[in-house]
Amino acid sequence: MKLKNISYFFILFLSVTTCAQDKNTINTKNSYEIVVPELNNPWGFAFLPDHSILITEKEGKLIHFKDNLKTVISGLPEIYVRGQGGLLDIALHPNYKDNGWVYFAYASPKGEERGGNTAIMRAKIKNNTLVNKQLLYKATPNTTRGQHFGSRIVFDVNGYLFFTIGERGNRDVNPQDLTRDCGKVYRLKDDGTIPKDNPFVNVANAKTAIYSYGHRNPQGMELHPITKDIWTHEHGPRGGDEINIIKPGKNYGWPTITHGKNYSGTKITDKTAKKGMEQPLHYWTPSIAPSGMAFISSNKYGDWKGNLLVGSLKFNYLDRCVLKDGKVIKEERLLDDIGRIRSVEEGPDGFIYVGVENLGIVKLTRS
Amino acid sequence: MIKYRFIITFGATLLFSCYSEKKKTTAESIRTQDFVSGKQVYDDFCINCHMVNGKGVPNIFPPLASSDYLMSKREESIRSIKYGLKGPIEVNGKKYNGVMAQQGLSNKEISDVMNYITNSWNNKNVELVTENEVSKVQQ
Repeated sequence: MKLKNISYFFILFLSVTTCAQDKNTINTKNSYEIVVPELNNPWGFAFLPDHSILITEKEGKLIHFKDNLKTVISGLPEIYVRGQGGLLDIALHPNYKDNGWVYFAYASPKGEERGGNTAIMRAKIKNNTLVNKQLLYKATPNTTRGQHFGSRIVFDVNGYLFFTIGERGNRDVNPQDLTRDCGKVYRLKDDGTIPKDNPFVNVANAKTAIYSYGHRNPQGMELHPITKDIWTHEHGPRGGDEINIIKPGKNYGWPTITHGKNYSGTKITDKTAKKGMEQPLHYWTPSIAPSGMAFISSNKYGDWKGNLLVGSLKFNYLDRCVLKDGKVIKEERLLDDIGRIRSVEEGPDGFIYVGVENLGIVKLTRS
Repeated sequence: MIKYRFIITFGATLLFSCYSEKKKTTAESIRTQDFVSGKQVYDDFCINCHMVNGKGVPNIFPPLASSDYLMSKREESIRSIKYGLKGPIEVNGKKYNGVMAQQGLSNKEISDVMNYITNSWNNKNVELVTENEVSKVQQ
């Protein structure tokens, strides 16, 4: 009888631990208001100076939302809508008010090989059409694989353009090879030229736009409001999603070191650390499938100021990460069960806006 | 008269055997196939939500393994892969109200992945999906 009890308990224990939910507590003292209704997959969005919003729909649609009206912006380049690819992130030039440049990332079929890869373009908007289109970067070669386009765009305080490209489902070939695109964070000048002091400009045959490497699929990137460092998060495989602070020339280890496993549960590597490779600031096992990232820098949410917010595609919540001394010391579920969170931004009014698949863009409220 | 009857019977038998040969694949030949290309599509486009064991995620992504929906609604399943799926469905007595995005797969890839998922995780489908069948499924 006793043995039987123990085996029951063991089975229960196994079924609880193998059911991949995380243990973050649910905060119920928050809610949301729908700001932009009826969007399918708002991959990215950016607030214009008049507080209207530019929104990318993954299916290949650019929307200008103003006075409760959606206007479709025409003139997008050809977009490779397949798997995780489509129209992806969007950002404004830091001096948008003066120069009108809009930057966006998308999966592009341009090139000779079949398939597509991540591209960065800038353009201006005139009469609801994209004009002065300039292709600033196009990763090569194309591939028909459906995963890991990365694509988040951020400008740092010096006006450099940072963006991410995932390893395109080719982990053993791309992320650790500086002569190849994919699995990297990139840095360009705002016009697409390569800064002279990029870390690999003197490495033979290197893709000189590379700023850091050894990444899997970063779908969150943000400038820290105080330190002004570039923070990213990236999807691990099964387990091992990471938060990293991006430093020039550094190797973030994928797939040589990881806290994750293959989807099938088999091992990728025994190593979680190696000399010359960076350790994540934080990692999630089980994976939450992070997408979208924002810091709360305003005073709109009281003592949440300084917290990091990360969307969870997998568990349908907004992860509030409390940071202390460079570590995540506490996590909590906001907007629990809202849906797949794709994008998170702090608006010009200091409120947090969240892009949710098949819902729209919502404003986070704290009660 | 007898001759005619013989010809008709023979012809019908021939027709029938032809028909079944075209549409049905024997269980034996299915076992010998391993659906490599379909598995490749699955691992590339489907596995994130439907999981390696085809069980999906409880209450969020419906299972494919032992799924009554997949195994009895052949055309709807093809349609959902081809054009995406939105709105409430019921799978094995449980309601799901999510969205599956269109993945941008070719008809060949859709038939490959259909044959893989309908013959994995204890699912069995001897009537294989063809590229031509997929091409005829309208939105």
